[in-house]
Amino acid sequence: MTTGLFFTQLLNGLQLGVLLFLLSAGLTLVFGIMNVVNLAHGSLYMMGAYFAAAGFNAFDGSFLAAALVAIPGTLLLGLLIERIVLANLYQRDHLDQVLATFGLILFFNEVVRFVWGASSVYMNVPSWLSGTVNLFGLPYPSYRFAIIAVGLAVGLGLYALINRTRVGMLIRAGASNPVMVSALGVNIKGLNTLVFGLGAALAGLAGLMAGPIVSVQAGMGEPILILTLVVIVTGGIGSIRGAFYGALIVGIVDTIGRAFLPTLLRELFDRSVAQAVGPAIASMLIYLLMAAVLALKPQGLFPVKHG
Amino acid sequence: MASSAAARVFAIVLLAGLALVPALAAWVDQPFWVTLFTRILIFALAAMGLNLVLGFGAMVSFGHAMYLGIGAYAVGILSYHGVDNGLLQLMAALAVGGLVALGVGAICLRTSGMAFIMITLAFAQMLYFLAVSLREYGGDDGMQLKGRSLLGPLDLNNPTLLYYLAYALLLAVLLAFWRLVQSRFGMVLRGCRSNERRMASMGFATFRYKLSAYVISALVCVLAGMLMANLTRFVAPSYMAWTVSGELIVMTVLGGLGTLIGPIAGATALLLVEEWLSSLKLGVPWLDNVINQHWLALIGIFIVLVVLVLKQGIYGWLVAKKS
Repeated sequence: MTTGLFFTQLLNGLQLGVLLFLLSAGLTLVFGIMNVVNLAHGSLYMMGAYFAAAGFNAFDGSFLAAALVAIPGTLLLGLLIERIVLANLYQRDHLDQVLATFGLILFFNEVVRFVWGASSVYMNVPSWLSGTVNLFGLPYPSYRFAIIAVGLAVGLGLYALINRTRVGMLIRAGASNPVMVSALGVNIKGLNTLVFGLGAALAGLAGLMAGPIVSVQAGMGEPILILTLVVIVTGGIGSIRGAFYGALIVGIVDTIGRAFLPTLLRELFDRSVAQAVGPAIASMLIYLLMAAVLALKPQGLFPVKHG
Repeated sequence: MASSAAARVFAIVLLAGLALVPALAAWVDQPFWVTLFTRILIFALAAMGLNLVLGFGAMVSFGHAMYLGIGAYAVGILSYHGVDNGLLQLMAALAVGGLVALGVGAICLRTSGMAFIMITLAFAQMLYFLAVSLREYGGDDGMQLKGRSLLGPLDLNNPTLLYYLAYALLLAVLLAFWRLVQSRFGMVLRGCRSNERRMASMGFATFRYKLSAYVISALVCVLAGMLMANLTRFVAPSYMAWTVSGELIVMTVLGGLGTLIGPIAGATALLLVEEWLSSLKLGVPWLDNVINQHWLALIGIFIVLVVLVLKQGIYGWLVAKKS
């Protein structure tokens, strides 16, 4: 195990982490302010990636065009979903929200199969990001580095938005007491739509950024949705700070575990045992982490303080 | 549970109809029906198990497919190592399933509401990936069973016999649950559904009641999983895919949450609609083609509509009609 390889994997973990952050920030905001669980968030990510690939291929390889199609497209789609389906479910219990958004996942998966076919769609890394950057003598793909940079910038932007602006103040207030906020004359419905749109746009951004490094196919939203749920539960539901640290922890633990755990086990156990158990434990690692966190702190690592 | 006459008639017709399926299938010479309806019975059994926590305990578990998988893999792994005895397999499956449910339930029940939904989903996903990584037992592709479980004189290779075994188990669990929800245990569980804090201040150790209900409901799903492995002679991680957990919830809600017959009605309705859509012939070739290939999209819309419109489910609607 060389240090260089370790740092490369650490960066890969960081890159997965910021991608997860883009998704969990939106989901946790929607939950925090509207008390709604939206499983279709993973579908928004998938649609973002498909929109990006469509834009990329239609405008002969322009990443800017991909972004201009993907982010507004996902935003619009998110607003449509909010108006048509979720707005009717705000007053209902979580079970109904889970079911309806589960139905939406099935629907969107088939829609992309119908429109773009069953095989995966490809999208290239933009040419101006196809090289490598030199990080302290370590070559690292520029595109992946760009994902990290974008993710951290979004994190900073969200922090400023939530903590430093009037809208952010209303969002925080809405999360702790929506009835009181609406009694003070704030359009809480509009605020809900705004937050949902923001979450959808972030999911679209995540889909756009992930497009060139994963295979864009139906059902691609589900594995990452489940990771996102792990992030949110680990970090503390409703908390942006929790989503940020949770996403980085989950991303890094997952990547490092998959990369090094099998080799590590080989040194401790018999080769055949390590080969059988290594990948199994590596893929279960983040769930074990989540279980451990919940056993010790049922509210997550960074619970939101209400009241 | 007060039920209207319509609901009682519906329940009797449904159960009697299910009892007659093999005879009807033989009469119209459609042996495929027996397999289809065995699947329906198995899912009905699993949905009924889920309903104990979901409907009577208001714990939204999004991970019950995990226990289907444990049951199926118990049969698969034991038969791979040459243990064909059905009773041994049953004991092993129930022991493993019970222990897993005890551990997972104890952790999950520390949370409630949204977190409970997500953490049960995550645990099921963890077990799914564990199954995927079991290369010896087929990994991602799953594995073919060498043979079905041996149950003394009962030959499970006979589809009709397997059907009636599933039917008998369904009736037995139905009867047991009927007694269970009427009992003191069931009262406490339903009390927790309405107001857990009040139950706790009345001196009930609500955690223990909820955990017991969770374990019982998991064991019913383990049983369903064992039947599933015997029906298909195949086990694969896809049995515990998270969509299966979702489908089980859909069946329960579609039939009627917190009713005894509801899950059976829901499983029958959902699986029949799926079967119907995937082989629908409207006479318009391109439309038929689209529907037969992409019927899941219609199921998705169907689920959204059920949630938005039919709040009490099919059987729940009949029950509520009078009261």
